[in-house]
Amino acid sequence: MDEIIKSAHSLEHKNDNILEVKNLKQYFPIKAGLLQRVVGNVRAVDGISFNIKRGTTMGLVGESGCGKTTVGKTILRLNDKTDGEVYFNGTDIYSLNRKELNAMRPKMQIIFQDPYSSLSPRLPVSEIIGEAVREHDLAPKDKFDDYIDHIMEICGLQPYHKDRYPHEFSGGQRQRICIARALALLPEFVVCDEPVSALDVSIQAQIINLLGDLQKDLDLTYLFISHDLSVVEHISDEVSVMYLGDLVEVGPKKAIFRNSLHPYTQALLSAAPVPDPAAKRKRIILEGSIPSPANPPSGCKFHTRCRECMDICRKVVPEAKEVEPGHTVVCHLYD
Amino acid sequence: MDDKKTTLFDRVKKLTKPKDINRISARESAQISRENRRITDAIEKERNRRNVPESEYLTSMKNPNNVAEFDNLHTYFFTDVGTVKAVDGVTFEVPKGKTVGVVGESGCGKSVTALSLMQLVQRPQGQIVEGSIRFNRGDKVYDIAKTPTKVMETIRGAMISMIFQEPMTSLNPVFRSGEQIDEVVKLHHPEMLDEEVKELTLQMIDTVGIANNTGVYKMYPHELSGGMRQRIMIAMALACQPKIIIADEPTTALDVTIQAQILDLLRNLKDQINSSIMLITHDLGVIAEMADYVVVMYAGRIVEKGTALEVFHNPLHPYTVGLMASKPVVNREVERLYTIPGNVPNPINMPNYCYFRDRCNRRMPVCDGQYPKEVYVTPTHMVTCYHYIDEQVED
Repeated sequence: MDEIIKSAHSLEHKNDNILEVKNLKQYFPIKAGLLQRVVGNVRAVDGISFNIKRGTTMGLVGESGCGKTTVGKTILRLNDKTDGEVYFNGTDIYSLNRKELNAMRPKMQIIFQDPYSSLSPRLPVSEIIGEAVREHDLAPKDKFDDYIDHIMEICGLQPYHKDRYPHEFSGGQRQRICIARALALLPEFVVCDEPVSALDVSIQAQIINLLGDLQKDLDLTYLFISHDLSVVEHISDEVSVMYLGDLVEVGPKKAIFRNSLHPYTQALLSAAPVPDPAAKRKRIILEGSIPSPANPPSGCKFHTRCRECMDICRKVVPEAKEVEPGHTVVCHLYD
Repeated sequence: MDDKKTTLFDRVKKLTKPKDINRISARESAQISRENRRITDAIEKERNRRNVPESEYLTSMKNPNNVAEFDNLHTYFFTDVGTVKAVDGVTFEVPKGKTVGVVGESGCGKSVTALSLMQLVQRPQGQIVEGSIRFNRGDKVYDIAKTPTKVMETIRGAMISMIFQEPMTSLNPVFRSGEQIDEVVKLHHPEMLDEEVKELTLQMIDTVGIANNTGVYKMYPHELSGGMRQRIMIAMALACQPKIIIADEPTTALDVTIQAQILDLLRNLKDQINSSIMLITHDLGVIAEMADYVVVMYAGRIVEKGTALEVFHNPLHPYTVGLMASKPVVNREVERLYTIPGNVPNPINMPNYCYFRDRCNRRMPVCDGQYPKEVYVTPTHMVTCYHYIDEQVED
């Protein structure tokens, strides 16, 4: 079994970044009227750039509706981008044709948020996990069963679970099936789209530990999308904070959590509840909710809710500035 | 020939699954179902009597400073596969003007405890079979477990109200949000004129921090964001100035920034109308921020309770300790998260020893015995664990 895993990872890549995203845009048209004319665009992702280093975890945080999930889907080419480039192992995935893309698919996988709706209720577990393995011809026919057993074992499932159907499992076990399904293709890069949000606290810890162990053993790279800051801090090496389709702050975990610069990051951090009743903190409460991405505010998109708002913020779009190595912030305060 | 026989036998043996204690035959199920019908019919008959005298359901509080007292509450569900003891002997009180947080994993009975107080447990299969819930109205004290439905209708929504987890599914999509608040006020204050009702509603919408109250009054729930919907739910719950507000996971479906807004609002409004909150959540952070008292539930029972400071700074029960260690905390780095091994036991075949024994990391031989008794470490801090029973004996 290890041979199959080894051969998949034997390719040496010179490039240190497994994923490079450059000025990626994803707009969704709003259609109206009898002729379904396009009257506007929902700017779900509005020109973001970031790199992910091989073997590390990039955390992506933000409120719901800020475009986190769209980023995850667009970099896997599950959506069609509007503009920009996505390089995976040095190749632009949007330049690939159907056949080449199909060969690339096993290398990048996704784990979805809701383990209740992302598993087919009509397939037994062995088929859920094995379907794509057979499609991509990853395991020889005589070793197929052993291979599925092995993958299930490393994801903490028992071999006798093979013939069962998803409804027979609890939430945590279902999420393990989702993880097994993604890992069965021996990916290098996995997008984890809120994998623990739908789970109980004690089950969350199990899944987070499992993801951490698998990363070490299989040399995986994660893009970890979540709105839970404490989980992101635990699992990530680098963190990106997203607001209304833009990245407002990117940096190493320590820089973001100990020395956050953008007012939005500061507000997010102060809003996260701390399990200590004696902790008296000064809370920054953001007024209102996230504006519509179809009609974003002018200038800095955050200025409508920002407590440090200046005149310049309403007119001029701020540019990304590197305040310390690897720590970028998009805010006029640091001009 | 002989060879073939054995292989066939092996194959048949493979097909028949091992006896699963959680699986029952159709005949057994029918038998259980008949028995359940007998029990629930008897309870329902008792409940549905007309003109129940007040003396049957009026009682007195143990401590007049409490607004609600749960006393040895047992709420069972009689299902076709067996009796689910969702709440199995729960005792705690909600003092006036305080917030009591109830924590536990899903399925531990925290929501059923709250629904019992509202008399909203799905009948006839769900029944309060033992114990009482005393509710202090001010002039009268009701035992909710015995209060007839007709009387309960005047209490529910007016003096005890509830904020549900999912604001989208708990608002009616075909009525305007303002009208839904009107309905609550009209039901409990039939003497009020329509204009007065509307004025009160607008005032409530204003109180929960919505700037454009006349506009929002006319909007349908789908036109509002998640945070706004939850504000409407809060306005509805507070419209009649209840004595106790049950908030069942009020912020689980919301973003952290909106969660902070809603928690802030709840805290301020509670003091404004001088009521108590029973906050149900699985998020320890929310509890720490809101609650004065904490109740930790596991598999239908309370494993630990005390003031927030006691429970968070000196957690005693291995389950509470595990729950706290398994949650990552901002600015507290750990190499690996602690995990509680295993799963919650099957609610139908509950063991007669400590329910947490099989998952516990501090298990002792004595844990195989009966379910541990309640131990009061301080006058307010209670735990059910053999570790602390021993300590008392040594003293």
